[in-house]
Amino acid sequence: MSSPRESITLNVNGSNYDIDVEPRRSLADALREDCHLTGTRLGCEHGVCGACTVLMNDEPVRACLVLAVQAQGQAVRTVEGLSVGSEPLHPVQQAFWEHHALQCGFCTAGFLMLATSIVESDNVPTDQELTDVLASNLCRCTGYQNIKKAVCSAIEATRK
Amino acid sequence: MKPQAFAYERAESVDQAVAALVEHGDEAKVLAGGQSLLPMMNFRLARPEVLIDIGGISDLRGWSLSQDTVTIRSLTRHCDIQNSDVPGPLGALLRYAAGLVGHLPIRIRGTFGGSLAHSDPSSEWCMMATLLDARMHVMGPSGARVIDARDFFLTVFTPAIEFDEVLTHIELPALGSNYRVNLKEFARRAGDFAIVAVMSAIEVRDNVITDARLCAGGVSDRALRLVQAEAALIGQAPTPETFAQAASLASQEVDPNGDLHGSKEFRQDLVKALTKRSLAGSLT
Repeated sequence: MSSPRESITLNVNGSNYDIDVEPRRSLADALREDCHLTGTRLGCEHGVCGACTVLMNDEPVRACLVLAVQAQGQAVRTVEGLSVGSEPLHPVQQAFWEHHALQCGFCTAGFLMLATSIVESDNVPTDQELTDVLASNLCRCTGYQNIKKAVCSAIEATRK
Repeated sequence: MKPQAFAYERAESVDQAVAALVEHGDEAKVLAGGQSLLPMMNFRLARPEVLIDIGGISDLRGWSLSQDTVTIRSLTRHCDIQNSDVPGPLGALLRYAAGLVGHLPIRIRGTFGGSLAHSDPSSEWCMMATLLDARMHVMGPSGARVIDARDFFLTVFTPAIEFDEVLTHIELPALGSNYRVNLKEFARRAGDFAIVAVMSAIEVRDNVITDARLCAGGVSDRALRLVQAEAALIGQAPTPETFAQAASLASQEVDPNGDLHGSKEFRQDLVKALTKRSLAGSLT
């Protein structure tokens, strides 16, 4: 069974994408398959792993638990928007590189977007708050300590 | 991990949502924040033919205080409750409980009413509604009606909302400053539903407990009031001995099913420990 497609416009990283999707299309799949922005990864597809985290109106959301049709009219940001072309790396990306906050890289796009929301927020999190927020996403390689160091460093770098 | 195909309709008002539900019958489901329904659909545990998206109805967001009642509208997000300035012990309990709902990205999408309508017996909001005898307001084709919390949670994932009704707002009693409130949860991982949780609200006047409310999650097919433990608290002084006695009664009055997350005995032991800890502290 399929259902009629909806014509929607997704605003991703400041650009509009006019796409036709089934209502069941998740935002994550729409980004990858219809907008051809394959930086966003899909892990568990039921909201547990956080690999597909993107920003919607500057807030982190699970793109597997948002339907593409629900994202219409919202400002979506993905890892592709952090630094474009020959631009220097975004401070969060730079910090992840410097602190070896990734190994296999599968969770990295999700962590970068989650970290970007933390770095851009007005609050400087306490150590415990940072631990709690980073627990939203799963990383099976680095063991989180380097990710925490990277996010702390990015917070410092962007507040100078 | 893809949902079964469905038709999608956006409701701009509660009346429109009700009309759509009447039209499509029980093959339709209401979509609020989607943080419980969409995973169930991805697993194909839920297979609605039609989704009625009420997410754009701005009238259903926010909370208000009037005299002794706090009204929370159903689409108020967990993160909004976590950051709210609801006064008094109720506000402290709301903010603390909201912080234990899933993870930040879940709290940013998930809603108060959505969680209640999902009716997970371990959910913080189902426990709080049961603890405080919340009044659930629903709108249907023949108008509005109120369902008391004790009649609302029928069993796991089954609220007493008819297929053509929408949960619009929830009334909670604004607890006076004499109330001590608390919530203690035991979970293996941050962000998980608790294996067992105990929420408490006791009123203490002149060193005597004048109202006692205890609710446990994770021990039944719905959040459960611990009535024998409550009765044992009334009229007593709020001492460690009183709390220990109530905690023992609490663990004896629950009859949880064991599963791979914890045996019956382990859950009873958790009820005892968490009841004692919950009563001993206060969020205010």
